[in-house]
Amino acid sequence: MAIRERLSGNEAVAIAMRQINPDVMPAFPITPSTEIPQYFSSFVANGKVDTEFVPVESEHSAMSAAIGASAAGARTLTATSSCGMALMWEELYVAASNRLPIALALVNRALSGPININADHSDSMGARDSGWIQIYSENNQEAYDNFVQAFRIAEHKDVQLPIMICQDGFITSHAVENISLLEDEEVKNFVGEHDPENFLLNSKTSMAVGAYATPAFYMEAKKAQSEAMKNAKQVILDVAKEFKALSGREYGLFETYKLEDAECAIVIINSAAGTAKDAVDNLRAQGKKVGLLKIRVFRPFPAEEIAEALKHCKAVAVMDRSDSFNAHGGPVCAEVKSALYGLDKKPLVVNYIYGLGGRDVKVENIEEVYAALEEIAAAGKVEDDYRYLSVRA
Amino acid sequence: MAKISDQYNESTRWQDLSLACDVFVPATSAEFRTGDWRTDVPVFDAEKCKQCLLCTPVCPDSSIPVKDGKRLDFDFDHCKGCGICAQVCPFGAIRMVKEEK
Repeated sequence: MAIRERLSGNEAVAIAMRQINPDVMPAFPITPSTEIPQYFSSFVANGKVDTEFVPVESEHSAMSAAIGASAAGARTLTATSSCGMALMWEELYVAASNRLPIALALVNRALSGPININADHSDSMGARDSGWIQIYSENNQEAYDNFVQAFRIAEHKDVQLPIMICQDGFITSHAVENISLLEDEEVKNFVGEHDPENFLLNSKTSMAVGAYATPAFYMEAKKAQSEAMKNAKQVILDVAKEFKALSGREYGLFETYKLEDAECAIVIINSAAGTAKDAVDNLRAQGKKVGLLKIRVFRPFPAEEIAEALKHCKAVAVMDRSDSFNAHGGPVCAEVKSALYGLDKKPLVVNYIYGLGGRDVKVENIEEVYAALEEIAAAGKVEDDYRYLSVRA
Repeated sequence: MAKISDQYNESTRWQDLSLACDVFVPATSAEFRTGDWRTDVPVFDAEKCKQCLLCTPVCPDSSIPVKDGKRLDFDFDHCKGCGICAQVCPFGAIRMVKEEK
């Protein structure tokens, strides 16, 4: 029986963690993800979980402890945001290359500076090449559902990679919305026991983790890591199918909204997708053929599938909630453009940088983007394909 | 004892490497021939050697084997040619020369 609740995104993720009942959680607080370890430590104190909670002295230590615990054989998770993830940087790569299935609840927040505590994707987008699986969530329900699915994906024998489940700081992490939770027992059965083939605390074998690889071995290790990321795509779909049977809620690599016959489309990630769907509804009511593609899985990047979904569009706006500072466009746009490159007939593409540092994204702002797409489609070309949305000029 | 190089070596395919290059054999560093890094090489003159054993403990790579209280010739698989042994030898029994490869 589903449980009807009303929760913030942080509380929803903390409850998913309680239901998973991990072996170890090292964590250090940082806005806006602080509530996750805060709620979780109350579960620990109240005996609701069997987890070893490690209050570490920094995020560098949090990820280091997570790596040690995971290598030892423990199911391990943590949470962070922004500069906290920046301080984990070195360890993110170590976790991925050591093939440790750690789960990280990332509450997206701008990186400094100017100092800012609000939502944008500069933290996770900066870490996009660290070798972690990245799954994004539009609202509290998706953050919860994605976290429940996380370990099934990360620990799968064809994958064995760490996974970060992202949601927007404050917008979904602190907003209280209706949510449907699974029963504790349902989550426990769905996630199952962690059963790694090799682990440091296995008394039957001796094992060294984190070996030095000479040039004669390093590339083979990276090739194996790369193949594991490719494998993750099918595993994510298989786990989503099982999750649908359990919850009734359907997840894919991305979600399309009124895209099938759309001439102009927006590609977007996380909470602003909800706002953009409202804009689509308004414009559809006016008879405009507009649609939306919301990316759920950014790593691995579903390139062929996205190209297939967008190929019939005349004009596409890719929305980036972080800038690459390459004087050329944001990271999501670079991926989408590269996915479209193989098509014989390609949609025109414009990139919008939006919502940095928590800048409000309103329905009318998104409608402006669709209006611009209409002009681009009519003109058959894009003047200035790298734009900032809602910036004073 | 099992050798790591029997399991993985420079002709191992990526599919056959252990996950993350994890190692399941202890004490594998002896198999790694750091002697390849050497440019100078020590030459041991057993005639001049008095077996004082001053050289053995100063070797940073434990590359001067001792058997029954007497030093043997160098372990050239691991000697990096640093020359400390030649510096401490009071009898001129160790001479450093350029190694021809």
